[in-house]
Amino acid sequence: MTYIAKPKFHHPGLPKNDLGYTHRDYEGKISTLCAGCGHDSITASIIEACFELSIEPHRVAKISGIGCSSKTPDYFLGNSHGFNSVHGRMPSVLTGANLANRDLIYLGVSGDGDSASIGFGQFAHSIRRGVNMTYIVENNGVYGLTKGQFSATADRGSKSKKGVMNTDNAIDLVAIALQLGASFVARSFSGDKTQLVPLIAAAIRHKGASFIDVISPCIAFNNHAGSTKSFDYVREHNDAVNRLDVITGRDPITVDYAPGSVQMVEQHDGTRLALRKIDADYDANDRLAAMTFLQKHAAKGQVVTGLLYVDPDAEDMHTHLDTVETPLNKLEAKELCPGSSALDKINASLR
Amino acid sequence: MKPTDISAPDYFHKVVDCQWACPAHTPVPEYIRLIAEGRYSDAYMINWKSNVFPGILGRTCDRPCEPACRRGRVEETPVAICRLKRVAADFKDDVKHRMPKVSAKNGKRVALIGGGPASLAVARDLAPLGYHCTVFDADPKAGGMMRSQIPKFRLPDSVIDEETDYILNLGIEFKGGHRIDSLKQLMAENYDAIFVGSGAPRGRELDIPGRKEAAANIHIGIEWLASVSFGHVEKIGRRVIVLGGGNTAMDCCRTARRLGGEDVKVIVRSGFEEMKASPWEKEDAIHEDIPILNFMVPVGFKHVAGKLIGVTFQKVKAEYDAKGRRNLVPAGEPDQTIPCDDVLVAVGQENAFPWIERDCGIEFDKWNMPQVDAKTFASTNPKVFFGGDAAFGPKNIIWAVAHGHDAALSIHKMLSGEDITERPLPEVHVSSQKMGIHEWSYDNDISGDKRYKVPHRDKVIALKDIRAEVELGYDVKLALGEAQRCLNCDVQTIFSAPACIECDACVDICPMDCITFTENGEEEDLRTRLKAPSPRHDQALYLADGLKTGRVMVKDEDVCLHCGLCAERCPTGAWDMQKYLIDMTHAGSTCQSKARSAA
Repeated sequence: MTYIAKPKFHHPGLPKNDLGYTHRDYEGKISTLCAGCGHDSITASIIEACFELSIEPHRVAKISGIGCSSKTPDYFLGNSHGFNSVHGRMPSVLTGANLANRDLIYLGVSGDGDSASIGFGQFAHSIRRGVNMTYIVENNGVYGLTKGQFSATADRGSKSKKGVMNTDNAIDLVAIALQLGASFVARSFSGDKTQLVPLIAAAIRHKGASFIDVISPCIAFNNHAGSTKSFDYVREHNDAVNRLDVITGRDPITVDYAPGSVQMVEQHDGTRLALRKIDADYDANDRLAAMTFLQKHAAKGQVVTGLLYVDPDAEDMHTHLDTVETPLNKLEAKELCPGSSALDKINASLR
Repeated sequence: MKPTDISAPDYFHKVVDCQWACPAHTPVPEYIRLIAEGRYSDAYMINWKSNVFPGILGRTCDRPCEPACRRGRVEETPVAICRLKRVAADFKDDVKHRMPKVSAKNGKRVALIGGGPASLAVARDLAPLGYHCTVFDADPKAGGMMRSQIPKFRLPDSVIDEETDYILNLGIEFKGGHRIDSLKQLMAENYDAIFVGSGAPRGRELDIPGRKEAAANIHIGIEWLASVSFGHVEKIGRRVIVLGGGNTAMDCCRTARRLGGEDVKVIVRSGFEEMKASPWEKEDAIHEDIPILNFMVPVGFKHVAGKLIGVTFQKVKAEYDAKGRRNLVPAGEPDQTIPCDDVLVAVGQENAFPWIERDCGIEFDKWNMPQVDAKTFASTNPKVFFGGDAAFGPKNIIWAVAHGHDAALSIHKMLSGEDITERPLPEVHVSSQKMGIHEWSYDNDISGDKRYKVPHRDKVIALKDIRAEVELGYDVKLALGEAQRCLNCDVQTIFSAPACIECDACVDICPMDCITFTENGEEEDLRTRLKAPSPRHDQALYLADGLKTGRVMVKDEDVCLHCGLCAERCPTGAWDMQKYLIDMTHAGSTCQSKARSAA
């Protein structure tokens, strides 16, 4: 960790977004993670995505559990709402917060321990319910805070820093999220911000359960030969199916795409996603094909990355439950207590 | 773009903007750190070695370092480098015992003409090597223009005495009150080398109607300042006009305010912004209730019966031609006559060499200036060298010192039988400042403080006493605050590609977005692809290749805070913070004929 505060000075020529903020305005406190931690790059990517989307910081709620990953919300969006919950309980807290106030942007930040072990059930149910959120797992395959034991996402056959082989099968959170009906599913790599930043931006703009699994090497305990979550391994085995450009507002599309090479997806809020295909046969709108594709490539030891599945017309939990649109804290007494005539009506309906 | 050769001595020297801009290349961050530590004597000696007159320059330097200071690109104002230099001089202990010892003479004799900064710098470098140096000056005491032209309220005699004595006490023969009227005569005395540091002693005339008739109340600025300095002039009229916009004009007007001038005006031909005077000297003049009127060209002195009554000005305006050159053209308004009792003419200085016979082997050019080599400071007579204002016209003290060092090196090489055109490279030291995982030998926590103002004497008191120094200098607390503003640009970011795992930690932490990992390309193209805009092409890009992904690391040196966070957040030690010290070659540096490379 670093003991001095990051200097307030910034580059005099930094670009500003529509709100007049620079990307520095989206930072939090200085990171206390180990030097070189992949999580810090994910933090930087979240900062960049929020800057590019000109998000007002007070409109974001960042919620996390326990672990290295769950510390990171302290390092970005210092002016946003935050809740650092109990281990593995981020999804419940987020779901509750979302039910109470659907106007905020919900950013769930978790790790492989927090989501694939202690919080596995919580993870599953928040996805299943279609909570409108961006759920990011900072996945390094080890328990870094307790010195590097295999986590539930460590690949079978990969080796620990001390050379011990992992004999358990790995949980592929992306596969689970697809199976449970997440309407936006992506995988990326902390060492590839050009891929990661637009994925986070698109996920934030997606209405429904967005899930991003980000491979994030643990410099201290999982960046050695034999690891399948190291910088070298991921760079060598990264099989990106597409590259994403997020087009917000009514901006005309200025980039020229070769015909047939791009899949355009328009999301609920008008955001257009231009998916530049790298794998010509990959269709990001086909959930079943995506699941098969993932399994086939995982069997070959490849790490499939990119926007794997998106359902632009997804519905979220509020639509399913037909909840009131106004956040609970904005409901006045007359809405909350509509009077005896309303009560009479309800009673009559139950007779 | 090719990878940067960081072993070239100039590469990191340029990153230390202040030191690069200083003609004498004073290691500024190094002495500022010493000031912050309270090691004033050490800070003074570093300055003394490099610029010879820390106390004098700390009050009067033209400060080429400050506009160059990186801090000025990061926030509004640069570090007050000049006034920190004065702090070192003000708070040092007795440093006499740290001065070079008077050495045994080597039998070679050097004559130095003029007792100003250039000659004294040469003598300072040569005397410890055993040369018998004889300094001639028309004035009784050493110091030259520093003593005669700079008003005492800016530079007290005690400071000049102290710093000229450090030099004269090195066993130098000073012949005060001894004007050299013939170079030939001096040459006949068989000196092994002669150095001409006689300055630019002639004030430029303003030949407009009425000049002769009203001569009694029209004074040439630098001559008048010298007369004030030596006590020959003690008062001036109530209404004074100063003509000219340089630092001499500022000294003239402020001096006039102290000698009875109640209504003192500075009137300049150009616009206020283009005036040659340093901004802070203009500020000081304005603070003393001296208005500066611009775009007014003097066209005549008005006089009645031999008595000056005013100056007539033509109003002009600036027009720019297609090439961007400025021309002053009549504004079309009627001429204006401003009444006054005295006029001080400070419209420039000129060299004058009536005492150099044109047949003693020294070639002069068509402007009547001696032909002097810009590197060796040799004239066409191999035994005669020039420096300071005498060499290339009026500049500043710090330039005279820089010339002095180079001329001394030439004289020493010549008298050692070496080729004076072969200039040895400076000595460079680069060493890691890492003390622990997150500890550095320098304070890397960046201060957000704004520039501290130097306390001034109360104006009412200051204007009453011409010898009362106006600037009081920083106290210890202010000096510490100001010293902390320095960004330690000499502590360099050094990158080792083989150690890098491309984790982006440095990119993410850098507060100034200086670092980019990208595909290589031509410099112009690269500058468009960096993480933050890179408009300053005079600031280098540091490029390193040899990374596993085939990309390159590009660091824009422009606004790097040298905070070391890149190195703190680097998991593999690919970044290190290393202090770069460059020792300019002076006469007598240990192996002066051997060219060495840096790092």
